Parts: sequence; structure tokens; C-alpha cells
Amino acid sequence: MKFERYILPVFLLFLWQLLSYVGVIPSYLLPSPIRIIFGFKDLMFVGMPPEHLLYDHARYSLYRVAYGFGIACLVGIPLGLIMGWSERIRALIGPLIELVRPIPPLAWIPIAILWFGIGIKSAAFIIFLGTFFPILLNTISGVVAINPIFLDAARSLNAKEKDIFFKVLIPGSIPSIFLGMRIGMGIGWMTLVAAEFTGVKEGYGLGYMIMTARDIQRPDEIIAGMLVIGIIGLFINWAFGALESKIVRWR
Amino acid sequence: MINVCKTFSLDREKHGLEVLVDISCRIEEGEFVSLVGPSGCGKTTLLKIIAGLERATRGRVLLDGFEIASQTDKVGLVFQEYALFPWRTTLQNIVIGLEIMGVNKKERLAAGMEYVNMFGLKGFENRYPCELSGGMQQRVAIARTLIMGPKVVLMDEPFGSLDSQTRNDLQEFLLDLWQKRQDTVLFVTHNVDEAVFLSDEILVLSKRPARIITRFQVDCPRPRDRTSVECNIIRREILSTLRGERVD
Repeated sequence: MKFERYILPVFLLFLWQLLSYVGVIPSYLLPSPIRIIFGFKDLMFVGMPPEHLLYDHARYSLYRVAYGFGIACLVGIPLGLIMGWSERIRALIGPLIELVRPIPPLAWIPIAILWFGIGIKSAAFIIFLGTFFPILLNTISGVVAINPIFLDAARSLNAKEKDIFFKVLIPGSIPSIFLGMRIGMGIGWMTLVAAEFTGVKEGYGLGYMIMTARDIQRPDEIIAGMLVIGIIGLFINWAFGALESKIVRWR
Repeated sequence: MINVCKTFSLDREKHGLEVLVDISCRIEEGEFVSLVGPSGCGKTTLLKIIAGLERATRGRVLLDGFEIASQTDKVGLVFQEYALFPWRTTLQNIVIGLEIMGVNKKERLAAGMEYVNMFGLKGFENRYPCELSGGMQQRVAIARTLIMGPKVVLMDEPFGSLDSQTRNDLQEFLLDLWQKRQDTVLFVTHNVDEAVFLSDEILVLSKRPARIITRFQVDCPRPRDRTSVECNIIRREILSTLRGERVD
């Protein structure tokens, strides 16, 4: 039964290759699967622009994401825990967050460049904006959703507020925090590529790479680059899932 | 001797709703007392007040002559839904109170293992609550409370969600433990059979707003036979008292 799921994709690949071969699909719009594989090879070993290899592009992109994502976690998780804990702080900060949150991260690009210039800081800032809100909101809802009976149970064992915070609220909201990190990471990865379209100082980055491939009309490398971006995103998501099931063993 | 005096005259107003009215009783050290009453009559609220988790609108709770006004480790509370922390293993759940008290790790784990054995949980000490049966979870919850050595143990329908066989087993297990340890227990249930089987004294509460309508001394010798004539007489009397308190 398992192989049935591969029938349609494999068939479509063959059809695509065939239609490209006979010239129904013009290769300057959509290169054939085999040409895309060669494009991938060129990205790996020749580089786009030449000598800027795929590996380094991916490294720079991942670094930018990790930078912005890391700061988003460092700010979002503690803030979310505190906002979930205290209704008063939630009422104080909540409206401001609701005001800023609907602004798409990409709309921040001009101001980010003005503030930080073109470079890692402005890219990380954009990633931060994309990842921060899902992390914050999921952390808050994780704390708020903790069954009040756990608080009573802890208090009946004479737990002080500090114990409740560290022994109930934090562990109890971890699954939700993970969810927020996962969603945030997904958004961050998408935001990154767009942020790199507008320019990078170092000359590296997956978004920058496929924009350059467009400039010199290499659609095979554009699509190979897109696939790489998708696969890395998939891998990150998978890694988060694996980490989550390792840490949240009690689910 | 410990005098656990609970003198309430309360008029709890929660959203303008009277829940408990002038509830007064006195429980002696080492006594097993049950509270029986129709569901939703405010039994849980009463226990929370005794445990210091909620304030009474009026009246006071005294333990050894001292008022309980806020949370305390002198009073232990066992919940119906077990309320085990799902992210902690059996052993970690049992020792959390000691952890909060600041007992060092080695000592609390040793004490915890002692309770794991005493409660028949050996082999399950590193399992998470979701991997345990209902009966086991409730044993963990009782162990978590008793390890703190509370002067009074409050139990809020602890066996309410168990099947009847497991329930009977746990009742016997609890009695065994109580006879060995001489704990002072206030046990809330809506199951009359359970109250008769376990208690020295049974207090019957009315429907909301709850007051104590009658009290029964259960003098049947232990170990008790659930189906004995004496037990049945008391059971019949309580049931007929409760019949008048049916929630309409």
C-alpha cells in the first residue's frame, strides 16, 4: 500500500520531463526535472554567483534565522510566562502587542534598513519580528491554560508563588512554548528569504542566491534553490518535532 | 492530644450564592470522619477552606487551637481528579512537597522511595501519570500528600472516578494505612457505602446552601464487613436522610 502514494508524483515528474523534452513547456519558464538536478549540482559546486557555494548560502541564512529566533525566544518566552502569570501585566502590555502584531514583518524592512543598515542585524530584526509573536502568544496561552487544580494541588503542599512559577507554570506550559517556537521558526524561515531579496551585505543567503540566479536567467538554479529552501524548512520542523518528543515525554 | 476544631459559621457569598451555612464540627486526633452530601452542595469549597486555599466569609478553622487562614503544610488535600503533575514521574510527584520544603535531594528521594514501596508502586516510580491506571494515580496522589506528614488529611471524593473493584481495593488499602499511621482524616464522598465502611463518624450535609443535618457514629467493629447487618442499618438511615435532600 505504501508505494501508492508515490505513483502520482512520479507520474507527474515523468510527464513534466516528457513535455519539456518535446518542447511543450518552454525551458526558460520551467526547466525540466533533469535540468533542475544539474542546476542543483551547479549551485553546489560552481556557486551562484560563481564561487559562492550553496553550502555557504545556507549557512548564512541559518545563522540569520538562529540570531533572530534566539533573541525572540530569549525575550518572548520569559515575557510570555510573566504575561500569562499576571493578569495585570497582560492588561498593561497586551494592547501594545495587539497593535504591533498585525504589521507584517516584511513591512518593517525599510525601517530596519534605516535603523540597522543592510546586514545581519536588520535581517535578524525582521526574523525576530516574524518569530516573536507566535512564541509570545503561545507561551501566554500555555500558562493561562494550565488547569487551576494544579495550582491548588501545589498550594496544598504549601508552594509559594516562586515554586508555582518554576514547578507548575513553566513545566506546564512547555508543550505550548514548543508549539510557538515551531510556528515561529516556520514563519521566520519564510520571512528570511524575503528579507534577503532586498539585499545582503555579505553576498550570501539563499534568498539572495535565487534572486541572483534570476538576474542572470538561470531558472533551473532558481527552482533548485527553492527546493533547497523548502527542504531545509522541512528538516528544521522535523528537528523541532524530534526535540519536542524527547523533552515532552509525558504526553 | 490534638484537637482539630472546625468552627464555621459561614455564609459564603460567591456571586451572591450561599454555599455553606454555619458548619461546625470537631474532629479528634486519629479520627476518620466522612462528609456525605448531595453533589454540588459545597463539599469541595468546605475542604478548600479547611486547607487554607480559600477564605471563609465568616467563621474560623482551628487546628490545635491555631487558626488556619492561609495555605499550610499541616493540612493535606487529596483531589478527586488526582491532580498529579503530568510532567513529573511517580517519584517526582511524590517528593514535590519535600522539594518545596527544601529537603535535599538525597533525603527526599530516599523518603520518596519508601513511599513508593509502601504504596505498592515499585517498578512504576519512573513512569509518568499518563502511563498509570486510575487506581495507581490515586495512590500516588495520596502518597504525595501523606509524605508531608500533615496533621489532618482531607480527601475530596478520592475514589469517585474509579471502577467499583479498584475502589474497594483502595478503600481497604487506605484503612490499612490509616490504622498503621493513625492519621486524622476528613473524607468527602457522595457514596454512602464507602462512608459507612471507612468512618468513625459520618456527617450528613444538606443540599446547597449546605449545613450539617445529622451525624452518625459508626460503631461497627473493624475490620468491617460491607454487607453486615449493623452497616446496613446505618446505611439505610443515612440514605433516608439524604432522600429528603435530593436536588430538585
